[in-house]
Amino acid sequence: MAVKIVTNGSCVTAYIEGEIDHHNAPALRESIDSAIEKSRPKTLKLDFGGVSFMDSSGVGLVMGRYKNAARYGGEVEVLNLSRSAERIMKLSALENFVRFKKSAEAGRMN
Amino acid sequence: MINTANEIKITLTSRSVNESFSRAAIAAFVSQADPTVEELNDIKTAVSEAVTNCIVHAYPNTHGKIYITASISLAGKVLIRIRDQGLGIEDVKKAREPLYTTLGGDRAGLGFSVMESFSDKLYVRSKLGKGTTVTIEKQIWGKLKAEKAPKAQES
Ligand SMILES: Nc1ncnc2c1ncn2[C@@H]1O[C@H](COP(=O)(O)OP(=O)(O)O)[C@@H](O)[C@H]1O
Ligand SMILES: [Mg+2]
Repeated sequence: MAVKIVTNGSCVTAYIEGEIDHHNAPALRESIDSAIEKSRPKTLKLDFGGVSFMDSSGVGLVMGRYKNAARYGGEVEVLNLSRSAERIMKLSALENFVRFKKSAEAGRMN
Repeated sequence: MINTANEIKITLTSRSVNESFSRAAIAAFVSQADPTVEELNDIKTAVSEAVTNCIVHAYPNTHGKIYITASISLAGKVLIRIRDQGLGIEDVKKAREPLYTTLGGDRAGLGFSVMESFSDKLYVRSKLGKGTTVTIEKQIWGKLKAEKAPKAQES
């Protein structure tokens, strides 16, 4: 489980890799939250292109980051969800808060 | 199609590091029914939710045992039973409602919704102070579909 964080002006992108579950979500949360604190991004992009497995812990991960980014007026975009991850995200009300983007729109291939 | 019914049992300690082990172990077992990648992912996801609930909710401040039994029938029906002897659930119907959670933080309250949506049937039995048993039922079609598929592509 890893996350690579790239900051570009007012945009922070977190490239998440591996499996997201209750066990490894906290490490991801901490990395992304410290980037939010440091950079206070206008746009936080969470890129799921490298995620090989996700359960409902992924929903909590996105929701929590949305709340933290919003404290500094930041918005959240979720990129490159697998079909399965998208199904899980859509069981929640997340779509009312964050934007889901397909890989073409996001400008990054898987 | 597999030609023998098969069953395994795994007992785990409720440590979160075992979440990935349990779903991988069940996926390896179910692989003998030749599931599609999607069917296997559905099973891993449902198992991950059920095992996480045992770790997080059944044994919140302690480590207890999680008992998993998985079976595959001759017809490719997979049954996975995940049992704990933890706190139990007071109102199962309510617990199964989408977004319902008794823990705040990053819990989404979607575990049961995911289990339902990624399986064919979900049974939940629980008794306060005794524990909870979740049974996930899913028919594996993967190989059957492949057998019925036209042979035209073969050359
Ligand atoms: N094995 C269990 N033992 C005790 N309580 C449970 C168990 N599984 C689920 N629950 C209860 O059901 C609620 C809903 O579970 P779930 O849909 O997985 O959401 P979440 O895990 O995000 O809270 C939990 O908040 C908890 O109160
Ligand atoms: Mg849960």
